[in-house]
Amino acid sequence: MPRPIRVLVAKPGLDGHDRGAKVVAAALRDAGMEVIYTGLHQTPEMIATAAVQEDVDVVGLSILSGAHMTLFPRVRELLHVAGRDDILLTGGGIIPQSDMEALQRTGVGRLFGPGTSTGDLVRYIREWFAERQPQDA
Amino acid sequence: MTVPTSTDVDAAGEAVRGEELERLRAEVAVWRARYAAGELRDIAFVNSDGPVDPVFTALDASPDVATLGLPGTFPFTRGIHPTGYRGRLWTMRQFAGFGSAADTNARYKFLLERGQTGLSVAFDFPTLMGYDSDHPRAAGEVGKCGVAISSLADMERLFEGIPLGDVSTSMTINGPAIILFAFYVAAAERQGVPAARLRGTIQNDILKEYMAQHAWVFPVEPALRLVVDCFEWAAEHAPKWNTISISGYHIREAGSTAPQELAFTLANAFAYVEHGLARGLAVDTFAPQLSFFWDVHNDFFEEVAKMRAARRIWARHLRERYGARDPRSWMMRFHCQTAGVTLTAQQPLNNIARVAYQAMAAAFGGAQSLHTNSMDETLALPTETAVEVALRTQQILAYETGVANVADPLGGSYYVEALTDRLEAGAEAQFVEIARAGGVVRAIETGWFQRRIAEAAARHQWDLEQRRRITVGVNAFTTEDAGTTIPTLLVSESTAAEQTARLSALRSARDGARADAALGALTAAARSDRNIFPALLDAARAECTLFEIRSAMEVVFGTYREPIFF
Repeated sequence: MPRPIRVLVAKPGLDGHDRGAKVVAAALRDAGMEVIYTGLHQTPEMIATAAVQEDVDVVGLSILSGAHMTLFPRVRELLHVAGRDDILLTGGGIIPQSDMEALQRTGVGRLFGPGTSTGDLVRYIREWFAERQPQDA
Repeated sequence: MTVPTSTDVDAAGEAVRGEELERLRAEVAVWRARYAAGELRDIAFVNSDGPVDPVFTALDASPDVATLGLPGTFPFTRGIHPTGYRGRLWTMRQFAGFGSAADTNARYKFLLERGQTGLSVAFDFPTLMGYDSDHPRAAGEVGKCGVAISSLADMERLFEGIPLGDVSTSMTINGPAIILFAFYVAAAERQGVPAARLRGTIQNDILKEYMAQHAWVFPVEPALRLVVDCFEWAAEHAPKWNTISISGYHIREAGSTAPQELAFTLANAFAYVEHGLARGLAVDTFAPQLSFFWDVHNDFFEEVAKMRAARRIWARHLRERYGARDPRSWMMRFHCQTAGVTLTAQQPLNNIARVAYQAMAAAFGGAQSLHTNSMDETLALPTETAVEVALRTQQILAYETGVANVADPLGGSYYVEALTDRLEAGAEAQFVEIARAGGVVRAIETGWFQRRIAEAAARHQWDLEQRRRITVGVNAFTTEDAGTTIPTLLVSESTAAEQTARLSALRSARDGARADAALGALTAAARSDRNIFPALLDAARAECTLFEIRSAMEVVFGTYREPIFF
């Protein structure tokens, strides 16, 4: 029996639109993952600290405010400083394609836009996990 | 031959009607058998709430005149104006804001030049949460989702060259609503316009922030005190101003069904009325300044019925439950916005068609004011071209389609009347449930509303993934190259730096002693039972910034902490 994948779903910044974050959190939980949801208005520092303390495999950020080019790199950097480059940083929201590509070049995982099926997210995280943790898969 | 009396005529009419209903019942039975034998397409026939009956007849709805009224008569099911849209068309009001006050001022002028008839301010997230543009929590968000307004000076720049005595302005602001209202009143003062002449709206609906939109600052009870302070101050000083826009929009966008949007919003409205009464205000002094805001979603008839039911519920409760005697207290006036959540990033030009249908539902529902979303709003803030198409969509609707000729054109439709009745009855049942959950404030604290909204959102997503519901371009009629095919707006990255420079210049140029004194007086007013608005106005005039003012109140009120779950 493989151990469950642990995911932190987080809402960084001041954006209060949490419909997507909550739908994703519920879908990942229903897919058998252990999901922690931070609640709203989190700073990158709060998110990185929670990720380390909860020893998660994946951090998913939901950003609809246009602040993604500030918040994703900041969380990536704080995880790096904490020695946790092994954590997958992924997420979604209102993020232009060109920004998604730029963020992926800095070590952020795949990002998902409006209209994504939650099945695609589950598949992406499972495949990433299977590749990273062959001993558990 | 004798002349029939009116009693004879009534009796004869009853008999004819009884016979007709009998015949209808028989025919419906025959139709039902034929329907059951028919082959149906393999799809769910549902509105936002669940299955919809395949046909409606006089057996489902035969409203009497007391339930319907005529346009402009109680209970206003058919609209609040006797003239429908012939006297006054809905206000075309595009929600707009990005970058600095100067960037947004230019957009307002662009829209006014193209025939927009009211303004609507979108603030950025730092402003919505009561942070100045140079606060560390604002990093990355200044001017991104709306305009950055940290001071009276920013508010003045926002309306430069726009006479505030002549235009009506709606401001979507909640947690710090009363602060931004003070900036607006002070900006008008500097233009020489007294508060008594101001027309417009502050959203100021804090209850739905805790439920859905989440731009709060203070805990529930002090936040409600601030709302009532607005009611009280504006009743005396700004009688043409709408002191609140009680909003279903955000509840719906967060995932609720139409019946939930209707019931939760009206429950909030009654809570505000009760808080006003508890202050000792007479209902007719503040109720005429309460306004509403509905989402217009995809299900056309459900949306029209929702607005008709909302007017009727409000009128009945205000007259019968709260004893309002002024007809203006009974009339629900409302703004509508097409449903942002229905727009798709895939095949974005399709959004123009979605918005047009939704806008038509708002007109059939009798909206006083309308925002039509731009086609590109799932991708970014709208470009000039996109917002112009959205505005033209309203103008085409108003001037070319004939919908503005006749009031409540769907009145008398079996379907729409039956839906209106069911939505009203459903809302009344929800009011009882909410009371059982301890009332609105308690149910917010326990997450009662939030849980129901999140469950409805999850159910909707599941229905989409099971293709029980179809979204064109997303789970049906998809194409490979469905991504961005239209240009999107880029907000200048320099707004934060410019705002920071402006704020430090402002702080060094102002009379520091006066600003400090105003903030001290504000804290004292927050501690007292006095209406806080005069102290806020003084702080605005003394050039205190948004965050300084927020902080001066926060030391007394504290901040809100949300219950977390999913």
